[in-house]
Amino acid sequence: MTPTTLFFLLCGLSAAAYVLGRKRAFAVGAASGGLKRLHSRPGYYGLLAALWCAIPALIVFSAWQAFDTTLITGLVVRDLPETIRSLPESQLGLAINDIRNLVAGNIVSGDIDPAMRQAADRYRGLQATSHAALAVIVLSIGAAGAFWVRQRISAQLRARNQVETVINWGLILCSTLAIFVTIGIVFSVLYESIRFFKAVPVTEFLFGLKWSPQMAIRADQVGSSGTFGAVPVFAGTALISAIAMLVAVPIGLMSAIYLSEYAGRRFRNVAKPLIEILAGIPTVVYGYFAVLTVAPFIRDNGALVGLDVSSESALAAGLVMGVMIIPFVSSLSDDVINAVPQSLRDGAYGLGATKSETIRHVVIPAALPGIVGGVLLAVSRAIGETMIVVMAAGLAANLTANPLQAVTTVTVQIVTLLVGDQEFDSPKTLAAFALGLLLFVVTLILNLIALYVVRKYREQYE
Amino acid sequence: MAVVRRGLAKRYRAEWRFKAMGVLAICASLLFLAMVFASIVGNGYTAFQQTHIQLEVSLDPEAFDTTALSAADYPGLVKKSLRQMFPDVSGRGDLRQLYALVSSGASYHLREMVMAKPQLVGQALPVWVPADDDVDMLIKGHFGGEASQSATRLSDAQRQWIDRLTADGKIEKRFNRIFFTTGDSREPELAGIWGAVMGSFFTLAVTLVLSFPIGVAAAVYLEEFAPQNRWTDLIEVNINNLAAVPSIVFGLLGLAVFLNFFGLPRSAPLVGGLVLTLMTLPTIIIASRAALKSVPPSIREGALGIGASKMQMVLHHVLPLALPGMLTGTIIGMARALGETAPLLMIGMVAFIVDIPGSLTDPSTVLPVQIYLWADSPERAFVERTSAAIMILLAFLIVMNAAAVYLRKKFEKRW
Repeated sequence: MTPTTLFFLLCGLSAAAYVLGRKRAFAVGAASGGLKRLHSRPGYYGLLAALWCAIPALIVFSAWQAFDTTLITGLVVRDLPETIRSLPESQLGLAINDIRNLVAGNIVSGDIDPAMRQAADRYRGLQATSHAALAVIVLSIGAAGAFWVRQRISAQLRARNQVETVINWGLILCSTLAIFVTIGIVFSVLYESIRFFKAVPVTEFLFGLKWSPQMAIRADQVGSSGTFGAVPVFAGTALISAIAMLVAVPIGLMSAIYLSEYAGRRFRNVAKPLIEILAGIPTVVYGYFAVLTVAPFIRDNGALVGLDVSSESALAAGLVMGVMIIPFVSSLSDDVINAVPQSLRDGAYGLGATKSETIRHVVIPAALPGIVGGVLLAVSRAIGETMIVVMAAGLAANLTANPLQAVTTVTVQIVTLLVGDQEFDSPKTLAAFALGLLLFVVTLILNLIALYVVRKYREQYE
Repeated sequence: MAVVRRGLAKRYRAEWRFKAMGVLAICASLLFLAMVFASIVGNGYTAFQQTHIQLEVSLDPEAFDTTALSAADYPGLVKKSLRQMFPDVSGRGDLRQLYALVSSGASYHLREMVMAKPQLVGQALPVWVPADDDVDMLIKGHFGGEASQSATRLSDAQRQWIDRLTADGKIEKRFNRIFFTTGDSREPELAGIWGAVMGSFFTLAVTLVLSFPIGVAAAVYLEEFAPQNRWTDLIEVNINNLAAVPSIVFGLLGLAVFLNFFGLPRSAPLVGGLVLTLMTLPTIIIASRAALKSVPPSIREGALGIGASKMQMVLHHVLPLALPGMLTGTIIGMARALGETAPLLMIGMVAFIVDIPGSLTDPSTVLPVQIYLWADSPERAFVERTSAAIMILLAFLIVMNAAAVYLRKKFEKRW
């Protein structure tokens, strides 16, 4: 019996337990003088039975699933002939893989050793035993749980409270998932980064001026020594983000001011959703737009004025990224501008200020913390943006401030280092995790500051 | 007064300038929006048609073994009919150029036709087969006129043959069925998006099944049950922060945890769905909490007043009322997950996959990744296919967002 069938069988069993429990509750109720004598409504007794049937069985099921492959592999390896067992770890891993492939009926590289075939047969046998044992154990645990609850059902059993406790724990579990995800991110990135920093010193990574992650595969290979000075990568990220912010902040802010202060209701109802569409377009579409339209446009116009523009210029990527961020800046600023109390505006009008003077001298300064928070969030989004730069910015790590040249960014490097062939002991692959760690930390700090500023500012006027 | 008057004209001009800047800013963003759509649609609409060439194929019974129809030499049949159409062409090089006019998929097309209707064997009949992508581009006018002659990949002889075919009415643009029914291919005229659409479907199915219940449960706990303490604060900060973590970091997490630690298969929609679940969870939790908040306290008090337990109050009364809002948030989260590319690159969903995925663990790719892959391909014909794939993706997104707006409008309640 495969684990999937077993799982569905268990679900069926649990449904049966619900029906049985409910029926039993009706019977007990009738015997003790009407349903109102029961502590809980009959459905809760059914639910309790179903939960006792499913939860312990599921725990055993998942524990078994987590460990049985390792255990079976261990048993099979122990019985392998000495010649295979004494192989170094990596080759042993290959042999085990071959055995697993044999079991799965896949094509195996090279000729098949009779010892291997024997091992595969043994593996298959153990697997079948394991599946059968699991089925028996899980189903009997489920049945026992359901039966136990059924025996206990009486007018006094506080079924509802017990069921609610279980649900409550389920809810708590779901809400802590966010914490586990954060921990997971931190640990997975940190672990690989530490391995990277064992090979490459932190100072070289943070302050080195040359980035060329291609490692020599053979010792006598020329030209690819692998240097991991990430400053050019940081500089490229900063340059592209700066261009993006130069586009997004003025346009986004002015749109927000116009929409919230000047525009009539009807214009606002049309223009605001239209601008928000910009935020809903997938980034891969923006990337393609940059490659297809913006980059050639900039290159051709640059050629007209006699400028030598690279076809993967930072300008094109930054410009398009700026467009993507406009709605982000605009909607956040819109919120904070609307939160500025009308009394401040009325005061300024009373002093004879024109509308633009009111906005510039009263509304904007009052909304400034919120706007700054929004801009910080936008910066963090620009730094972490991937697809636009992967498609439109280059791979070459140039240390330059010239927006017409090709630069590379942190996210581009992560993608190029990790897409394709990987081996997890080369600094080349691990470097991606170090960059990822840096990206996570920087955006985390920006987000925390921004959230703090925005929250603090909101409290002021409420 | 006089001082104020003197400055007034200048101040009004400044006022006018400021307002004009606002209008300009809005116009600029709308212009960008229009440019994005115009560029995509302008480049992509031609991909919905594909040039076909009519061949006179004689299905000679001698060429077929009645027991194994599929083993017949279909490429040979296609070549033979091309030779018959242009009897004056000879020489190996010229013939090869001639054969290059039709797609390598023509023989598959022919085979499918014969397999479906074995009684066709022995007849001679006109068959429309897809043309090669270079021919397609020429017919659609993407190669420009004489100026870019050198840049094209078609020789003068080929152009003459095409002109002859056009004059005979044997070249025609037809609806591009291949694009909607096949998986990826190295040949642009045979490449389709169906594989990517199915991959997206499986990935989103996993995401929806996991993120909706978990997100709603987390929101219910945080909004209705959680005590106000440091632990809850920590959870909230975490959720808000996760909503702003760059998506590629989730990809790194997926690579390190799901692939390397748990050993799940690479390129599988299952892993893609898991990664996207973690990414969309914060969105769904935040939207669901807002929906729960908007349910007025009187409902809760009413339920508690007639003796419901707290759990019953939430599950029987608050949750059903908040569900439309939660669904709206979920649809928006799903739309974002559908457009997400970067984390999926990290877990290997970027491979070249021809087969249509049929299950959660089959290697597959998704629509945005397919767009990325095609955008990298050098053939001119992939430009329009990329744009067309983007149009499909945008269409899906528009439908999903429209559904969200509709839901919100329909179930919006003012308490």
